[in-house]
Amino acid sequence: MNATSIAVRAGLKRGLLELKQSLTSPQDIGSNLFFSAILLVAMLFMRGSTVAGTNFSLGSMTLPSVLGMGVASGGLMTVTQLLAIDRDDGTLLRVKAIPNGMLGYLIGKIVRVSGMTLIAQAIVLIPGLFIFDGLATGSLGSWVTLAWVLLLGLVATMPIGAITGSLFSNPRSSGLLMLPIMGLTATSGIFYPITQFPEWLQWIGQAFPIYWLGLGMRSALLPDTMAAVEIGGSWRHLETVGVLGAWAVAGLVVAPMVLRRMARRESGSKVAARREKAMQRLS
Amino acid sequence: MTVVSESAASVLNARPPDENTVLDVRDLRMRYGTADVLSGVTFGARRGEVLALLGPNGAGKTTTIEILEGFRMRSAGHVEVLGVDPAHGDERWRARLGVVLQSWRDHARWRVGELLAHLASYYVPYSTERIRRPWDVDELVSAVGLTEHVKKKVGQLSGGQRRRLDVAIGIVGRPELLFLDEPTVGFDPEARREFHDLVHRLSDSGDTTILLTTHDLDEAEKLADRILILAGGSIIADGSADELSRQMPTEAEVRWSHDGGRFVHTTVEATRFVHELFKQHGDAISDLEVRRASLEDTYMALVREHEAGRNVAAHPFGVQERSGSDEVVAR
Repeated sequence: MNATSIAVRAGLKRGLLELKQSLTSPQDIGSNLFFSAILLVAMLFMRGSTVAGTNFSLGSMTLPSVLGMGVASGGLMTVTQLLAIDRDDGTLLRVKAIPNGMLGYLIGKIVRVSGMTLIAQAIVLIPGLFIFDGLATGSLGSWVTLAWVLLLGLVATMPIGAITGSLFSNPRSSGLLMLPIMGLTATSGIFYPITQFPEWLQWIGQAFPIYWLGLGMRSALLPDTMAAVEIGGSWRHLETVGVLGAWAVAGLVVAPMVLRRMARRESGSKVAARREKAMQRLS
Repeated sequence: MTVVSESAASVLNARPPDENTVLDVRDLRMRYGTADVLSGVTFGARRGEVLALLGPNGAGKTTTIEILEGFRMRSAGHVEVLGVDPAHGDERWRARLGVVLQSWRDHARWRVGELLAHLASYYVPYSTERIRRPWDVDELVSAVGLTEHVKKKVGQLSGGQRRRLDVAIGIVGRPELLFLDEPTVGFDPEARREFHDLVHRLSDSGDTTILLTTHDLDEAEKLADRILILAGGSIIADGSADELSRQMPTEAEVRWSHDGGRFVHTTVEATRFVHELFKQHGDAISDLEVRRASLEDTYMALVREHEAGRNVAAHPFGVQERSGSDEVVAR
């Protein structure tokens, strides 16, 4: 076996180990469950209302949208934060000093974030299936659509997360990214149908992956008649693949350059300086 | 600027780099904006040597090491590490280096054994006939004295234990060249002694070349075959602790008893003074003690001279006479 495939395997193992560490950490489990519980409760309150022009429950329609948002937040937020933390605490420098360590590290991150996103989705979806009526989960097609939207969503969002994570040198300030993402979520028709918004706002929403992830998930889990309330009265699978694919290509082109530039700049004295700063904050 | 660096360069030129040359640094320069951090650093290292890089804070020790590690780009100069320019070192080159980093809180959730086994696995394809990579994790853990903590999470280790883990990570790939930047900061005397034993064991194998920085001059004297003093952006002294103390005419202290009195005299020329002493008093001299300047004295003298702007290097072999205090003090 050559060095690259050994590093890839080491990276897969790294990702699974970190995932296991995450699943046995009360802190990680707690925050995951807390977030999912809030979303489920919010949807419960929407169960009584109906989507305008239909008698379909707004709660049932929001469930797949929230899954789509979950993919985006896993790819964008989690990757950004993990990268900023790993840079800050010297993990990145550590792997940089190891042959092919960066390759293994990145593969490990992809495995870990994909795993965490899958688990977070399951925590929302499984109770959701029991709580909400009218979901179209009987056919294989639903699950195939769900799988490709999920996969494409991760490929489209993780490179963007890697880019933003490279730009934040401080993990605390990386939390600021929450604000634009929450703003985008609001304009992406996750909690409220996008067709109710003014047209210019609809265009902004459609420029970013969150809307398309929500739409893709709705197309997987809602009955086809519900396509009528979407823009253009269709699930627009072709457009979904086009926009998410464009984001994926752009991200995969830019991310390696940004990551390489960031990794090149890491050195022992940089990490030491950040440690010094953190110590001063503590004292 | 200093003659020492030029003479060191000529020594290197006289002995061209061969397969035993591990480090070859000539006229290395580093400039940040308009400030010169390194203004012409020249030195070399041969296989199996232990080098200690000493110098005041801000002299550029860490910058030098980070350039050699390939973590920082230099402004100018010739640098070869294991025959490769670190600015273009590939992963095969990287696999031959060991870097001991000052850990902080990375990999806190990993168990000690898990982390070492994981990092070790990257070195498997770089094993050679001569050097078997990586180091067996159980052996390594026992070599650094972490056997009883192997199942502990890294975040639960004490400061000293973490430092041992740092060293273990640095040597897990059986490096041919190991960089240690202030390795024993925060060690208690026992941990320090154990660490010194470990370094001796690594260098005794003859395959591991070690470059370490330290502020502990005793440590440098104990561990290093050669000491480099970096001050003001260049190497102002290069030699064994012994050579340095001869190079720098520092004063030795001579103590003796005579006629029931105890005497102390400081002189640059201890040998000649003792000879005169015996010629004058013969057998009446007892309890003779000559205390040569310690590395610390030499270091302080060299750095002070350098800072005062005097040209230390003009008399590298200590032929310069300096007037010592010649009065004999009776106690």
